[in-house]
Amino acid sequence: MKILVPCKRVSDPDNANKVKVSADGTSVNTEGLEWKPNPFDDWAVETALRLNENAATNEKLGEIAVATFGPAEAVQQLRQFLAMGADRGVLVEATDEQLDSWIIARGLEAVAKAEESELIVMGKQSADGESSAVGPMVAELLGWPCSTGVMSIDVESDGKLLIRREADGGVITQRITLPAVLTVTDRVVTPTAIKNGVTPADHKYPESDSGRYASLKGIMQAKKKPIDQKGLDALGIDTAMTSSYGEFATPPARTGNTDFVESVEELVQKLHTDAKVL
Amino acid sequence: MTDVLVVAELSNGEARKSTLAAIAFAKVVADGGAFDILVIGEGAAGAASGLAGWGARKLLRAEIEGGYLAENYAATVAEVAKGGGYQVVTAGATYYGKDLFPRVAAKLSAGIASDIIAVEVDGDTRKYRRSMYAGNLLGTITLNTDIHVVTVRQSEFEAGDAPGGESPAEDVEIAVDETAERIEFVSLDAVESERPDLAEAQVVIAGGRGLKSAENFENILEPLVDTLGAALGASRAACDAGYVASDLQIGQTGKVVAPNLYIAVGISGAIQHLAGMKSSKTIVAINKDKEAPIAQVADYFLVADLFEAVPALTAEIKKLG
Repeated sequence: MKILVPCKRVSDPDNANKVKVSADGTSVNTEGLEWKPNPFDDWAVETALRLNENAATNEKLGEIAVATFGPAEAVQQLRQFLAMGADRGVLVEATDEQLDSWIIARGLEAVAKAEESELIVMGKQSADGESSAVGPMVAELLGWPCSTGVMSIDVESDGKLLIRREADGGVITQRITLPAVLTVTDRVVTPTAIKNGVTPADHKYPESDSGRYASLKGIMQAKKKPIDQKGLDALGIDTAMTSSYGEFATPPARTGNTDFVESVEELVQKLHTDAKVL
Repeated sequence: MTDVLVVAELSNGEARKSTLAAIAFAKVVADGGAFDILVIGEGAAGAASGLAGWGARKLLRAEIEGGYLAENYAATVAEVAKGGGYQVVTAGATYYGKDLFPRVAAKLSAGIASDIIAVEVDGDTRKYRRSMYAGNLLGTITLNTDIHVVTVRQSEFEAGDAPGGESPAEDVEIAVDETAERIEFVSLDAVESERPDLAEAQVVIAGGRGLKSAENFENILEPLVDTLGAALGASRAACDAGYVASDLQIGQTGKVVAPNLYIAVGISGAIQHLAGMKSSKTIVAINKDKEAPIAQVADYFLVADLFEAVPALTAEIKKLG
């Protein structure tokens, strides 16, 4: 199977509180913050790797391409995913100002067609923009079904995927026929969340809150893996934006300082008489 | 003046509260225009009558049997949106809205503003404010297309009371999308709980890794939760460890809540967790570690061993009656 994993670099999500707004308020300043792969994409790459391997024999079942839209420097994050085990990279060069959900969805549609992808697996959102929009959009453009917020995947004997996905008030189980788009949540990296029908059913992946770490060998191999680098215009898509950000601001700080209370009695008294929430 | 289409979210033949948040937004953004409500899904007729008193110009019913699938709903939503001449199409930014609306936007070739927290209307211009970077930045987005597709954060739009009256209802034609043939709804495993829904609760009590086990969640935390009639939540670490079901996860990866009172028990307060709760009105932290990052947002911080403090807190609150 050919799997496409769209991914994005984001400013260090563990230090998101250090993101600043430019002096004129029209742009985001992430100076001083390291670029990292979007953690949701890390889970998506792990999903693709699990779907694509026999974990008992390390045999690969198909091919995984990772694709990103961004500046030339985003090649670093692509290499990180290649080091985890993806096979090829696609880097579509564009600035943030040229991109919105719609253009990325259109671009991915073009990439998926060129790659003859049968499955797109991506994070359910980016840690910076948090729109959760691209997955179902690219599915619609391709005429494919889509499951969002995927928590577990069982590949059935006829090749259909039995999916459990996040829903309001519970979990929805869906059966999806390829080609399809999946957007994943953190649950897919739990030890038995993905059963691909090839890896022995009792196999357990290690407990982890992220995808697998790249081995030294993986890092060395990643340097030689092919990356198809091209400009946004090379995709032949309409690049007119449907949305743009005009202003940014820092949210108002929570008022007052933290009141460190000494006892349960004092806490209850203050919640009752001061905050009036009890 | 703007005409708005609200897409209701149904559950067991009734509109979920997220629908009311979308109505609240619709009233603001309409700016003197009208809003209609598209009630789509199984039990649409019954759900529509439940929404008749909310001031909509009309209720549009689209009865679709079986469980929810975006592939089954999006074409009808898009056709109604186009046919009715609406400038804004909206729903709550729940899992439902986030699953359905990008597909609707793609069908309409429309710009999307996801999970907005505020809107500013200035003549023909509508600016949507969104929370980004795990709640550390607010961005103002404008859409350049004739139709705007917008999902709204439930905790930021209050519907107030229904104005009453009786909106007329009519049935709309169901549009068929062949993509739906390649996805099948198997089941919804609904979480059965007597407790209020996380997104709708006035009080939320969340536990973290500090609770150390599922048994402690049950024996230490849940008595406090039930004494306050609160909703139970958890940090990602607690969900990952299997202490509670993952649908209780609060944060960037889980649910965003903004109750009157949020009590974080044994939660250190990673940035991703703060993103899901820092708009709460009053925040209490109970933690042994005074330096835990949860202090950045806590109004009250009880530095204590939670295994002693929480039962004592439950007992003390019971005394208040």
